[in-house]
Amino acid sequence: MSEHELQVQEKKEVQHSGETTKPEKYFVPAVDIYETDEGVTVIAEMPGVTGEGVEVSLEDDVLTIQGTRAPEDTEGKRVLLQEYESGNYLRRFTVAETIDQDKIKATMADGLLTVILPKAAPAKPRKIEVQMG
Amino acid sequence: MAFIRFAERPHFRNPWAEFERIRQGLDELSRTFINEGQQALARATVYPPLNIFEDRDHLIIKAELPGVKAEDLDISLEGDTLTLQGQRKPREDSDKVSYHRREIKSGSFSRAIALPTKVDMDKMTAKLANGILTITLAKAEEVKPRQISITTE
Repeated sequence: MSEHELQVQEKKEVQHSGETTKPEKYFVPAVDIYETDEGVTVIAEMPGVTGEGVEVSLEDDVLTIQGTRAPEDTEGKRVLLQEYESGNYLRRFTVAETIDQDKIKATMADGLLTVILPKAAPAKPRKIEVQMG
Repeated sequence: MAFIRFAERPHFRNPWAEFERIRQGLDELSRTFINEGQQALARATVYPPLNIFEDRDHLIIKAELPGVKAEDLDISLEGDTLTLQGQRKPREDSDKVSYHRREIKSGSFSRAIALPTKVDMDKMTAKLANGILTITLAKAEEVKPRQISITTE
């Protein structure tokens, strides 16, 4: 049991290759990734993102997780202290394992996104008979 | 032999010039804090980082606590001090997992906040949704802004 004190982890902003048109900020969510015999599980910290705001896609072995959240409602409020910025989340990974694309599952709970990527069954060796002409 | 030409020397040396320069620097510093209070991020040294807002009647404290369950969180108010305590429990994994990345930490936290105004102890609500904790405190009656009506004769 790790009973140490949690430390403040500063949010890292995504380094875009180009500038976005909207003045939105994208942060890199902290992740845990682990592998079992059945598949790969990705858990990402995305506080403030609801189920509707999550987008998960796997394309050419690149897994993209994106979370958008509603901007902070500061109408009629005065900021007394600001220690964190709220913004959207974006992170990409290259997945080395062969993944069964149809069985990818993603759930969102308590600000944590869990993506389960089941491994595809290893391709069966097939014998190809050569027809003699 | 090095020699200094008279013209290269400053015309006169004001002993207060250096103090003046420091004063200007400090003014500059405080100005940026006042004007850009919205943008300038205060660095949090204790977990969790907080955002505190106020409106006419309320004080709103927000914290990002992903993966923290409501039952593992303890909020107490004592006088002007609000204490936020809790823990993020490590996930229970089966033995057959191998980690590729491990960035999400588990552990306990405790943070005490000195509230800037008096609050009504009975009207305090806390909500934990999507990993964001929102504590809403009602300001005490005596510190609420009061409208003063002007009468003309």
